Amino acid sequence: MVADSLLRVPQTALSRVTLGIRAKDTIADGVVSLTLAHPDGGRLPDWTPGSHIDLVLPEGTTRQYSLCGDRWDPYTYRIAVLREPAGRGGSAYVHDRLAPGDLVGVGGPRNHFPLVPADRYLFIAGGIGITPLLPMIHQAELMGADWQLLYGGRSRASMAFREELSAAHGDRVHISPQDECGLLDLAPWLGTPDPGTKVYCCGPAPLLAAVEQTCAAWPPYSLRTERFTAAALPEPVHQTAFEVELRRTGRTVTVMPDTSVLHAVRQVGADVLSSCEQGTCGTCLTPVLEGTPDHRDSILADHERAANDCMLPCVSRSRGDRLVLDL
Amino acid sequence: MTPAPAPAVSLPTSDADPFAAEHLAQPEPLHQQLRQAGPVVHLSRYNVYALARYREVHAALVDWQTFQSAAGVGLADFRKEKPWRPPSLLLEADPPHHDAPRRVLREILAPPALRRLRATWQTVAEELVDTVLADRGREFDAFTDLAGAFPLRVFPDAVGLGPEGRENLLPYGNMAFNAFGPANDLVKADADRAAGLAAWVNAQCAREALSEDGFGSRIWAAADRGDLTHTQAPLVVRSLLTAGVDTTVHGLAAALYAFATHPDQWQRLRERPESARVAFDEAVRWQSPVQTFFRTATTDVTIAGARIPEGAKILMFLGAANRDPVRWPDADRFDLTRDPSGHVGFGMGIHQCVGQHVARLEAEALLTALARRVAHIELTGEPRRHLNNTLRSWAALPVTVRPAR
Repeated sequence: MVADSLLRVPQTALSRVTLGIRAKDTIADGVVSLTLAHPDGGRLPDWTPGSHIDLVLPEGTTRQYSLCGDRWDPYTYRIAVLREPAGRGGSAYVHDRLAPGDLVGVGGPRNHFPLVPADRYLFIAGGIGITPLLPMIHQAELMGADWQLLYGGRSRASMAFREELSAAHGDRVHISPQDECGLLDLAPWLGTPDPGTKVYCCGPAPLLAAVEQTCAAWPPYSLRTERFTAAALPEPVHQTAFEVELRRTGRTVTVMPDTSVLHAVRQVGADVLSSCEQGTCGTCLTPVLEGTPDHRDSILADHERAANDCMLPCVSRSRGDRLVLDL
Repeated sequence: MTPAPAPAVSLPTSDADPFAAEHLAQPEPLHQQLRQAGPVVHLSRYNVYALARYREVHAALVDWQTFQSAAGVGLADFRKEKPWRPPSLLLEADPPHHDAPRRVLREILAPPALRRLRATWQTVAEELVDTVLADRGREFDAFTDLAGAFPLRVFPDAVGLGPEGRENLLPYGNMAFNAFGPANDLVKADADRAAGLAAWVNAQCAREALSEDGFGSRIWAAADRGDLTHTQAPLVVRSLLTAGVDTTVHGLAAALYAFATHPDQWQRLRERPESARVAFDEAVRWQSPVQTFFRTATTDVTIAGARIPEGAKILMFLGAANRDPVRWPDADRFDLTRDPSGHVGFGMGIHQCVGQHVARLEAEALLTALARRVAHIELTGEPRRHLNNTLRSWAALPVTVRPAR
């Protein structure tokens, strides 16, 4: 095989945070997978298993989805989206309206659910919670770790990636559809604490609660969980032009939708050092004096984002009409 | 997705030895030859493929899938030769093994985590500059008295090292950076003390050797949380000690050399001290304290039409890329009006210097302290270089200064 990635040069001036839908496929009852790629075909920011991206839908709402593709392919991201009838419309939009060729905003990837080193892993997935675990399973294989997957769902037909997992990994994969087997029986798996095993669980809140309860006697930090339903979602992001005031230099610049804040402030003479221009290195971190950033970087922690006192202007934008930066 | 293989073009070849003393002392002429020869140049002496243009160096740095690090980022091929020490879990590792150490260290060294150090480091820098001006007067060695002194006053404390034996840090780093090159005289010169230096550094990586609130103990705390294994923790501390001292010393020296030879740029920094960070990065671009790193091809790969076989070593000239005239207008000029963003002096991609924000904070502290107190700085004699296979390093920068009124 001949790789020829070197022909692709990074594009630095334009916003890096708009991706195109390359493919949309139904992969289980109520589940579609989206393949995303940069319109210019360039590399996407690197990610690690457990990462999610923020998907900014055309009407401005933001939803988080775990990356479930292959990071050895640097040109595409893959996510899987469950239609949630009781949801707030994001998944319905993805299912009913989003089509190949459409453009979407993307933030991140960020990882709050990293795979830490261990001799053994027990992966527990409930329904669409399989998505972050999929690349983890690949990784556990690469690292030669011992692992088992306990995968529950409403019915076999609703369980994404079920057949591939069973075909590739045989008896490491334990499929337990609720309509055949009832709720996941956790006690046989978690009843006896094992200090060499890390437990990774993603799924609906009742499953997480049951796993947490069953793991109560395990050593601290044995259990790592991710909730895939966010408790509260922020206001829709700003999709149109906004103003950025540079308080120290006394200038104001309009940031157009296809331009990064970094590029815009440089146009009016601000010296902002940057490096990766993908929101991953942190070099361009800039203090925010007023306004609320639309954070799209990969590195700030949640509490650092919530403080809204700094942002990475190479990828992050504005939630409101105006930002004031300490530049 | 994968385009058809481009037809193989005839590959330019050079028998130059980039690790010979003349090229280490003055790398620019060789860099220029290599850039002009083509996007890829075969170096016959070592049977490696050299990249010296910005575009190819940048592309190779970010493409960890095609250009791996676990086979060593020096000339030695770890798949065939035993490394001189257990490989680094960061520099000499690929995903997935690279992920956990990188994540832990990245969070410990992230800009928000460094904020608590800023005030202290500024104070230390001001005290150092005051002491040098008081004790040495107007003439001193800016390498020994400033660039070589300041990182050793702040960084070992930030890591949490004990007071004893810190004089081993620079020789250890010098040895480690020499080891990325061939086994030449520079490597042989360290042979008799390699074991002793390595033993001292390894002893400092133990939990008991580290004070409670430093970067080192945070690495151990991450291991207690299971984010690393307890076997990995001392090796991650070792990365800090290997890569965090010599690099910043010679990076600061690069900046001081730049200003001592460009008085107009010093005036500009004095007028706009808030540009110290950008100035430091321009000095890093201009001098490239880390000159070279290698990668190893994971597959047969075509770069700009040149076929490179799987398993081949690729030598990336960071210093040459940082002066590629295609990317940098008037590339040889040290110029604070330039935006140095995107230089590859800290690397790029998943292996990009995890301590770059530490280096910038050190530089900002020292340069702003100096700019406040010194109106003019210039060389009084020939600066002396120290030769290293990887680092553009210094032995002496004799300067005279005029204090600010």
